Amino acid sequence: MSKPNERIRRTHEKVMAGLARRRAAESRFRLYGLASIAGGLCFLFIMFGSIIHHAGAAFQQTFMALDVQFDQQLLAPDGKWDDEVLQAADYGALLKQSLAALFPDETLDRQQKRALSALLSSGAGYELRNILVADRELLGTTQRVWLPASDDVDLYAKGQIDRTIQESERRLNDQQLGWLDKIQAQGRLQKRFNRTFFTAGDSREPELAGIRGAMTGSMLTLLVTLLLSLPIGIATAVYLEEFAPRNRWTDIIEVNINNLAAVPSIVFGLLGLAVFINFFGLTRSSPLVGGIVLTLMTLPVIIIAGRSALKSVPPSIREAALGIGASQMQTVFHHVLPLAMPGMMTGAIIGMARALGESAPLLMVGMVAFIVDIPGGITEPATVLPVQIYLWADSPERGFVERTSAAILVLLAFLIVMNGTAVYLRKRFERRW
Amino acid sequence: MRNPEKQPSTAAFSREHAATVGEVHAPRARIQCRTVDVHYGEKHAIHDVNLDIGHNEVIALIGPSGCGKSTFLRCLNRMNDTIVGCRVTGEILMDGQNIYDESMDVVPLRAQVGMVFQKPNPIPKSIFENVAYGPRIHGLAGSKLELEEIVETSLRRAGLWDEVKDQLLHPGTSLSGGQQQRLCIARTIAVNPEVILMDEPCSALDPIATAKIEQLIDELREDYTIAIVTHSMQQAARVSQRTAYFHLGRLIEVGDTAQIFTNPRHQLTEDYITGRFG
Repeated sequence: MSKPNERIRRTHEKVMAGLARRRAAESRFRLYGLASIAGGLCFLFIMFGSIIHHAGAAFQQTFMALDVQFDQQLLAPDGKWDDEVLQAADYGALLKQSLAALFPDETLDRQQKRALSALLSSGAGYELRNILVADRELLGTTQRVWLPASDDVDLYAKGQIDRTIQESERRLNDQQLGWLDKIQAQGRLQKRFNRTFFTAGDSREPELAGIRGAMTGSMLTLLVTLLLSLPIGIATAVYLEEFAPRNRWTDIIEVNINNLAAVPSIVFGLLGLAVFINFFGLTRSSPLVGGIVLTLMTLPVIIIAGRSALKSVPPSIREAALGIGASQMQTVFHHVLPLAMPGMMTGAIIGMARALGESAPLLMVGMVAFIVDIPGGITEPATVLPVQIYLWADSPERGFVERTSAAILVLLAFLIVMNGTAVYLRKRFERRW
Repeated sequence: MRNPEKQPSTAAFSREHAATVGEVHAPRARIQCRTVDVHYGEKHAIHDVNLDIGHNEVIALIGPSGCGKSTFLRCLNRMNDTIVGCRVTGEILMDGQNIYDESMDVVPLRAQVGMVFQKPNPIPKSIFENVAYGPRIHGLAGSKLELEEIVETSLRRAGLWDEVKDQLLHPGTSLSGGQQQRLCIARTIAVNPEVILMDEPCSALDPIATAKIEQLIDELREDYTIAIVTHSMQQAARVSQRTAYFHLGRLIEVGDTAQIFTNPRHQLTEDYITGRFG
């Protein structure tokens, strides 16, 4: 045995010898962490940058000014101008007339006329009708009206038409470009805020397509999901955690709930198709069925999160209440549940956010259909934001590329609003003592 | 091992193990425990305990850690029911009625037998709510005024009123440890129990707070029966009239506190109180 002093000195030496290695390991570990965070942030920036870059264009829409002569002869040849006549009148001809008037010194054949008409959106006629129906005094006068241009003109105005490539491969031919140059020179092209995108439903034409239908569909679907999954989920969590006896049956139930959380979501879609649509005969493509399917998918998440929130309430709180003679239910509802609520809310919000971004199970219950109308209730056909994104991403028209990005932005905004609400609710429920 | 000759006398215990030494019966028994055994799953936590607790007496339950004194205490108001796998056999009579009867409702039992825990556990609500909660759920107060009266009386009896009367709406958890524990006592006595069980109520407190609680226990004895688990020999000597010594789940010796501390009859008791183990 060596002397104590000697022993202390040797221990100290050993500690010092290993110190450099320990420090190096630590700083290496920090470096790994920093590198992974930096990498993650980098990808996030690239993703957001690209989405925002693409989406920006979708919030602007090109309009073309035309001097439209609301020709009585053309619109109401019989001399009757009641609503019915005005609704059914040939606005296309009116537009063709107005377009041709832009180039009075050119004589055009049929094909060229068609090419000229293609500069305007196919929805321009409806726009014209709306203007006239709103103000019948305009009949017989000539007005300058701004009408939505076609998606190709939109691309032209945004400088996305490459003139260097061959004419046959271009969306606009040389003559159309010539016309557009003239139109623009006259100040008849203008980019305006794209209101249509937020007020219209889906459309085959990019310039007429909007996100409102999908937004409404998403909201209705989530409403159904929330109303079903929150009460059922919380009640299940409370019962299993606080009241149920621990036996083989509750074990089986617990294992099954945990397994359900890991089931691929498309399986829930198949289940919804087989049970709710084919067996119970609920409406296909409706937010009701979609909401029920998403409820099935969300419930395990809410239950598991709820149970762990209940588990984390210190047992001393339960003992305090039970010790003065509170019944089991009073203990749970007066003391345990309020303390577990923030955690339960978090779980519910995570589940709802997942449900908002889910598309696979909804494809199975028909929410992938092309639906132009904005749904007015939970039994009307609808689609949801992620499915809308999927549909647009699949469309060949160039204008849908930017609309896809814009729809992604809207979806992200939705998520941020939901998470913000969750944080706010949690803060309000939370007791800081 | 610095002192190899100092061995715990568990060996001696298994040799001498027999019935409890001392008088387990109390003259005016409020609680009578007969052949109580407690199992936690496979573990046999308490072996065959017989003990009476009399009216208006403070009985101290002492013994080394893990000897089952807290488990025994929690049997008296069936708080063990909340522990999964806990099984209690034998009889515990409270004023002649077995509290482990099928027909026994634990809600009135726990109102009758209050409990103060080792760690102060105020409910995360206001001081007022902490005390008012019990009377409210049991419907003891007819009006708001009456409830306020109960709260004030209880806080006064717990010696906390003067310190908190201006901050009744502050959270109970904002008080100091000693105040919190007195708040828990106030909460317990607000429902007018007959028996108060205290599980090491002073283990988390400083000597001044401890002295206050001990004085309080002494005052409460006039109206209540108190069973207190403690690790402090001095505390047991100061506050209790009778003392029960537990060892490895068995009740070794019961007797008047003075006799236990001055003249223990069992070898294990003597070893424990003279500080040879525990």
